[in-house]
Amino acid sequence: MTELWELFIESIGTLRLNKMRTGLAMLGIIIGIGSVIALVSLGQSSQKAVQSQIQSLGSNLLTISPSSQRSGMVRGASSTTTLTKKDAEAILSSSSVTTVKSVSAEYSSRSQIVTGENNTNTTVMGATPIYLEVHNIEIASGSFITQHDVDSMTRVVVLGPTVVEDLFSDSSYDPVGETIRIGGQNFTVIGVTVAKGSSGMQSQDDRVYVPLTTAQKQLYGVNYLSSISVVANSSEVMDQAVNEIGYLLMARHKITDTTKVDFRIMNQEDILSTATEVSGTFTTLLSGVAAISLVVGGIGIMNIMLVTVTERTREIGLRKALGAKKKTIIYQFLMESALLTFIGGIIGIIVGILASYVYALVNASTFTVSLGSVALAFFVSVAIGIVFGWYPARRAAGLQPIEALRYE
Amino acid sequence: MNSTIIKVSHLSKIYKTDVLETVALDDISFEIKKGEFVAIMGPSGSGKSTLMHILGALDKPTKGEYVLGGENVQDLSDDELSDIRNRKIGFIFQAFNLLPRTTTLKNVIIPMIYGGIPKEKRVEIAEKYLRMVGLGDRLQHTSNQISGGQQQRVAIARSLVMDPDMILADEPTGNIASNQAEEVMAIFQQLNDEGRTIVMITHEPDIAEHAKRIITIKDGKIQHDSINHARKIIKLKKL
Repeated sequence: MTELWELFIESIGTLRLNKMRTGLAMLGIIIGIGSVIALVSLGQSSQKAVQSQIQSLGSNLLTISPSSQRSGMVRGASSTTTLTKKDAEAILSSSSVTTVKSVSAEYSSRSQIVTGENNTNTTVMGATPIYLEVHNIEIASGSFITQHDVDSMTRVVVLGPTVVEDLFSDSSYDPVGETIRIGGQNFTVIGVTVAKGSSGMQSQDDRVYVPLTTAQKQLYGVNYLSSISVVANSSEVMDQAVNEIGYLLMARHKITDTTKVDFRIMNQEDILSTATEVSGTFTTLLSGVAAISLVVGGIGIMNIMLVTVTERTREIGLRKALGAKKKTIIYQFLMESALLTFIGGIIGIIVGILASYVYALVNASTFTVSLGSVALAFFVSVAIGIVFGWYPARRAAGLQPIEALRYE
Repeated sequence: MNSTIIKVSHLSKIYKTDVLETVALDDISFEIKKGEFVAIMGPSGSGKSTLMHILGALDKPTKGEYVLGGENVQDLSDDELSDIRNRKIGFIFQAFNLLPRTTTLKNVIIPMIYGGIPKEKRVEIAEKYLRMVGLGDRLQHTSNQISGGQQQRVAIARSLVMDPDMILADEPTGNIASNQAEEVMAIFQQLNDEGRTIVMITHEPDIAEHAKRIITIKDGKIQHDSINHARKIIKLKKL
């Protein structure tokens, strides 16, 4: 250990003798490591952004939607009209379903919405009060639909922020109390939701909410649901919840063949993992590009070390004459190249962290640096020094002392 | 004082290229005993440098045997030769060969690092020998801050730290002024008086005169090998 430490001290001294060259040799590693760190954290922060957006939908969320997988013979209109409010009530109240916290019955469609001079085509969501909790929606101004609104089919509407901007040309306008027209009928605006951002699939801000009964009876004249959203007790019981709900609905719909069910249960986790996978691939790709620059940096180190060996031929010859063994010379040069990349790696890590910090600052995104990538970059940089320093070190150790001493 | 340090028997060194075969050493045999001060003389091209390389375990002979301090040197591996050089031979070169931009103290310490001398003792030993050659006040000077003669004295200190069986000096005064050369010779004589074996390769007769025994080589063969009766003694002035 003390020998290694001495070698370390001596190598630092040697590297300091030629600061300009040492700096230039390190530059390749600094850029390589810096870009690995910066790009990985960039990829990870975008991954986190996607994750948090999907999670804001509710991570314990199951979405049940009708599907047309019934046998080919009796397909048709019936296939999308199978979910009813009774199904939703049954899921919540049935004793065979133990893992469900809340259930939101929903009917959505698209309609033209009109104010005085503006109009927009957007999603109209027929919802019940529980919708807020199930989908983590917050109210920015006014209030949401109440049970009373649902029971008495009132014509009230809650607007998403995108709709507010489309209709009133000003996202900060508070439209509570205004009257808008949906499908030719007047509705009173009672609230505005807080912006949630895009979930990657469908903007939750570009929609309006009306009482479920109003949507079903007054706007679209239907008696079925387009989806039922279910919140499970915890993320651990998701699979159990899917099973329980699946069996309950099969019994209610009198289906015995699991391949012929008329509904589909989607797990939010499935969507999350798919999205994570996609952005993970993106991160890997970026890291790959950065890794190439690391290799180039490593070749730079090898080049410099070869020059150093040639320049110090006499010194190597002298050291061998004074009793240095092959191993000692190899260690000396390996230590130097490893130190070059080690210091370069540390500077690169700092540069990379700074770069991702600046990126986060400029783009107002979350600043993340994974310890994993820092540790990896650190080891990779030392490994590069050893791998690319190996050949020059071997060459130095193989020099014959008389020839080396004679070398001018 | 009678034990043999160096025994060379029927030593030959032949350099071969594609077209030429040069005989640098041709069947040389001699012995050097402990406590001797031998000058190996000869004009350039005589083979004395080749002999110095073989005696210094820097090169291997083509034929013949070389025993140094009881160890047979000619069939050792590179690393074993490194070890022999470290423990048994104290080198002094014409061009000093100190590490540039390195302090005299560190230069003198180097052989002890390779020789595995404990770290605590190294500085102590190095300082002792640097004081002995009169450089006790130059420990932290780098080699480009001192004169040629002083550099050679650093090299002498360096050759002594491992307490070698012999000091092998290759043209030790070739690169320094004549008054400094006298100082170096004075140190050699003093070391010899203390019982150290010195082998000095030189082409200058007035330097060889300081030795007790002179071996003259010509065309790869020993021409003369005799006691130097006209030995020049230099009183070591206070360095």
